[in-house]
Amino acid sequence: MKTFRMGGVHPAANKLSAGVAIRPADIPEVVAIPMAQNLGAPSKPVVAKGDKVKVGTVIAEPGGFLSSYIHSSVSGTVDKIDSVPDATGKKVPAVFIKVEGDEWEESIDRSATVERQLKITDPKELVDRIFKSGIVGMGGATFPTQVKLAPPPGMKCEVVIINAVECEPYLTSDHSLMLEHAEEILVGVTALMRAMQVERAIIGIEANKPDAIALMTEKASTFSGITIQPLKLKYPQGGEKQLIDACIGKQVPSGGLPIATGALVQNVGTAFAVYQAVQKNKPLFERIVTVTGKSLKQPSNFLARIGVPIANLIEAAGGLPEDTGKVISGGPMMGKAMPAVNSYMVKGCSGILIMPSAEAQRKEAQPCIRCAKCVDACPMGLSPLFISKYSQKHMWAEAEEERIYDCIECGSCSFTCPSHRPLLDWIRQGKGKVMGIMRQRAAEAKAKAEAEKAKAENK
Amino acid sequence: MSNLNVSLSPHVHSGNSVQRCMLDVLIALTPALCVSFWYFGIGALVVTLTSVAACVLFEYLIQKFVLRVKPQLFDLSAVLTGVLLAFNVPSNLPIWIIIIGALIAIGVGKMSFGGLGQNIFNPALVGRVFLLVAFPAQMTTWPNPMQQAHYTDVTTGATPLYLFQQYVGGDASALEQMPSALDMLLGMHGGSMGEVCALALIIGGIYLLCRKTITWHIPVSILLAAFCTAFFCYGLDLHLALQQVLAGGLILGAVYMATDYVTSPVTPRGQLLYGCLIGFIAILIRRFGSYPEGMSFAILLLNACTPLINKYIKPRRFGVVKK
Repeated sequence: MKTFRMGGVHPAANKLSAGVAIRPADIPEVVAIPMAQNLGAPSKPVVAKGDKVKVGTVIAEPGGFLSSYIHSSVSGTVDKIDSVPDATGKKVPAVFIKVEGDEWEESIDRSATVERQLKITDPKELVDRIFKSGIVGMGGATFPTQVKLAPPPGMKCEVVIINAVECEPYLTSDHSLMLEHAEEILVGVTALMRAMQVERAIIGIEANKPDAIALMTEKASTFSGITIQPLKLKYPQGGEKQLIDACIGKQVPSGGLPIATGALVQNVGTAFAVYQAVQKNKPLFERIVTVTGKSLKQPSNFLARIGVPIANLIEAAGGLPEDTGKVISGGPMMGKAMPAVNSYMVKGCSGILIMPSAEAQRKEAQPCIRCAKCVDACPMGLSPLFISKYSQKHMWAEAEEERIYDCIECGSCSFTCPSHRPLLDWIRQGKGKVMGIMRQRAAEAKAKAEAEKAKAENK
Repeated sequence: MSNLNVSLSPHVHSGNSVQRCMLDVLIALTPALCVSFWYFGIGALVVTLTSVAACVLFEYLIQKFVLRVKPQLFDLSAVLTGVLLAFNVPSNLPIWIIIIGALIAIGVGKMSFGGLGQNIFNPALVGRVFLLVAFPAQMTTWPNPMQQAHYTDVTTGATPLYLFQQYVGGDASALEQMPSALDMLLGMHGGSMGEVCALALIIGGIYLLCRKTITWHIPVSILLAAFCTAFFCYGLDLHLALQQVLAGGLILGAVYMATDYVTSPVTPRGQLLYGCLIGFIAILIRRFGSYPEGMSFAILLLNACTPLINKYIKPRRFGVVKK
């Protein structure tokens, strides 16, 4: 069985909600749809107080090149545009909508039949539909999909790789999606292949989901060009670079784009959203989200509308347990700890993890004993023990020399450190600083070159 | 719910700890410890207990009164240093010499650099080499095994490495007194406390590999390099080369001393280079030096080279093609 070539760790899977059927989460009386739901520029609201909207009505337009549309997830009246906290507590503008009934835009096909024949075949039109449907990377990175589907000139896509790895412990949203919507996903993959004009797609699934591998393999046999690739269990296999390496054995060059390997990676949830957009004309206004935790009564997989309060989802899963010490948006390896449970469902939220207080505290850091377990664990071939020290001591030149900018922030180093050192905390700080220095240096070099050019022309 | 803990990812941990790593090495040393109690009886017990107690005590006193930090005895590193120091000395060594060795090991070898994780040299070896230089007579008389009821009043005899030296010096009869490779594997000969039974050391080494406490790179490269070097240094004789590998502290050093995390390189390739050089230098010292044993010196020499190896040998990078 294939896997990526270097590093990696084996955190306990804790897939408590595996095999739990997806159920729709209740629609609340008011939703608040945040306007910053994608990587890049936030979206610009196009509705005002008092406007009537239906499910699927556009409520915000892209606020730049790297941005996306946002649609209403409910029917009702726009109440106000106000700021709400996101998962990390940062204030972002949001459109509040008072819910009245559940009326959908007429253009959306609400039937349950699986449409296998692609309704749009022109690649440009396909990308345009995906853009208009507000689709972003559903794995959590929320990169606007239409931008990723347009590789820079000179780069050619040869294969579409679908990320169905779900290597984060606890999370099961992709897993349950595959079990319940295998065929739709495969149609979505076909649409992505068509959009990129390639004949080949690989769906990477980790070996701890044998039921999903079996089902997807069976269904894929009726689709041309799609293979299911079972992958050996290892974190961070769902990292884009690691997944490409695992599936086709090519390394994304340091500092380069993944497409340089000829592979375009999309999350399995994105493929499903593409299916809905292309075949059902349904924009992205709801997604599967895992709400889980060891002391939670009912770890669940919800189909939740965007803008639903996270607190409602936790309530539907049995309520916040007494011993809660930490609430995480995402998985335990790369998710973000929430300062309070007061944010709203967004497109990139694949899971809410509730950790008991006994597991919420970090242990006290001990001195580094140079055991090199972090070096063994690093999937990028870095030396976390040294680059974290350089960061701590503000030795930026040394940190750059040791390629701190290649860090993908997967957390394998901190996870494995026997001295409980928060290696990634320091590395993140240093990485930000070093990349800033590198950008500034590049800008200065460019300005200098331009000045010299101008000088030469003036002579 | 205002008391939610907010920290950066990752939010889970492998559960490994410094203490657990040290405990694993102690568990791995248990078979060899049992064998040495059986061979050397009361002497082995006295030496081990004295060494461990002295190392722990010195670590505590120095942390509390000299460095003025919170004493960290639970990480077991001082216990491990104590056991390893005991393993490297004769089982008839007087108590006061052991205590001096422990003071040098912990005080000079470890604490003078700032404590756990800061030292350049393996503390137990610093202690051992100091004793070897300061008390050459006591440190080079080796009790014969199976005199369990005796401590400092044991009869002593020649170790295989001493016989090797005699042989190289021109005494052909020395070879005849040499125990066979099989006896050396099982340990029926004189030597320092922990090094006499190669088999027990190897069993512990396999445990460490299974627990992933150490990787194979350092021990295997040392043993292979030592075997090859010995083959060429001792007249292209495979049996002599094998005896060289089994004799003295080579296996003890390869599995338990050279693999010390703090003082060995961090990359697999660096570890291979480090291991090969240790094996090579240890045999050169045995063959051409004036000491019969060279393992301690070889490890200490390469300990000193470790920062350099870490500087020049980097991990294989992801996404970087060598031009």
